[in-house]
Amino acid sequence: MNLLLEISNGDLAVTATLTGIGLVFAALLIARLISPKSYSVKKGETYECGIPTRGESMIQFKSGYYIFAILFLIFDVETVFLYPWATIMRSLGPSGLLCVAIFMFILILGLAYAWRKGALKWQ
Amino acid sequence: MFDFSIITNWFNNLLIGCMPEWAAVLIECVVIGVLVLLTYTVLALFYILYERKLCAWFQCRLGPMRVGPWGLLQVFADMFKILIKELISLKGTDKFLFKLAPYIIITSSVVMLACLPWGRGLQIIDYNIGIFFVLAVSSVGVLGILLAGWSSNNKYTLIGAMRSGAQMISYELSLGLALMSIIVLAGTMNINDLVWAQDKCWFIFQGHIPAIIAFIIYVIAATAETNRGPFDLPEAEHELTAGYHTEYSGIHFGFFYLAEYLNLFIVSGIASLMFLGGWMPLHIPGWDGFNAVMNWIPGIVWFLAKAFFISYVIIWFKWTFPRVRIDQLLAFEWKYMMPFALANLVLMAVCVAFGLTF
Repeated sequence: MNLLLEISNGDLAVTATLTGIGLVFAALLIARLISPKSYSVKKGETYECGIPTRGESMIQFKSGYYIFAILFLIFDVETVFLYPWATIMRSLGPSGLLCVAIFMFILILGLAYAWRKGALKWQ
Repeated sequence: MFDFSIITNWFNNLLIGCMPEWAAVLIECVVIGVLVLLTYTVLALFYILYERKLCAWFQCRLGPMRVGPWGLLQVFADMFKILIKELISLKGTDKFLFKLAPYIIITSSVVMLACLPWGRGLQIIDYNIGIFFVLAVSSVGVLGILLAGWSSNNKYTLIGAMRSGAQMISYELSLGLALMSIIVLAGTMNINDLVWAQDKCWFIFQGHIPAIIAFIIYVIAATAETNRGPFDLPEAEHELTAGYHTEYSGIHFGFFYLAEYLNLFIVSGIASLMFLGGWMPLHIPGWDGFNAVMNWIPGIVWFLAKAFFISYVIIWFKWTFPRVRIDQLLAFEWKYMMPFALANLVLMAVCVAFGLTF
């Protein structure tokens, strides 16, 4: 039941995407037309916290975030696997529930392992 | 309930009658685009005022009062002000990524907005994997924030972006699991079918205990997902200046602001659709008179009222709880929320498999 019945979902998704791009583009265009422009050397500096910035900013950064990203990957793929099951859960009944319980048990084991290894500790 | 597809069908037939089909589709797409744009802007303006007024009341202030009656025109003044600010181009930024970031953030929130049904037949994108599609698009938004933080050539924005990335991907898990327990209950991912399945009784009542737990988990995860409330570490102003959008000026900054408020509406809208019946009025099985009275209230009003109520709760969080630390934030998600959400999913599955739902 679409807003307008004749259009396919793909076209509508493209329309929405183009609307988003158009919104940003149009607003930037208006802003460029009516906003003042001035140039000074100091203005082009990075603001950061108000005092002159030191050193390189695009650096290799804390690996703590990286570990959580890897953990996320595992569990996000898990949730992707669970979605189809969730949709047909009713027709599968208790036997399907048992199968998924085994799948989840393995994953929870994985989480427990990560927990035990200290991967969930922020350092 | 009024069926909006009557209007859209009439419009469609009108166009088909006087032009070839491709032209009709093109015009309809343009009309949809304009409507989405208007809705997006109006909602953003409403939410800015809503939050400012609420935060003022929580702090025993009046909030904006000067511009217009009761400060109602304040947001228009704000919008105009932000449009006429200079767009400063900085040295040392990665120009392409710096400009790409607002596009990604705004586009992802516009597509999500287009997926929400506001009333019967009043929906734009209607995939049969609807809710999954919304979740998928919502994770694209993280990319925009990461790009914004990285390309700014600023250490604070980098920290803000990294925090935001870690936070949003982590809480996405419990968000997805909470929604999944409702999908188990409903047996469909199509948002429209989900709403229709709540005809007799909203899911939060149908699923009783597991649904209520899922709702609580969802609201907490949604607060974190929108970088708000006690979880606003990515833009913690006392530590990181303004977080990942420190270096953006004028309307460039405005885009992040806009997307933040729209994301607040979208997560509240999804909560309203998945747990509180969306545009479906409050129906109590057996009370026919009561149900008939409730049907008199239009679907849009129901949907928006529920969405605004949940937004109110999320804004309430923001002005009540102190900000958490990053280690507390991640530990809370991985050690409490995620295992709880998983256990709750199993509980819901058991309830459904053995017919323990209403």
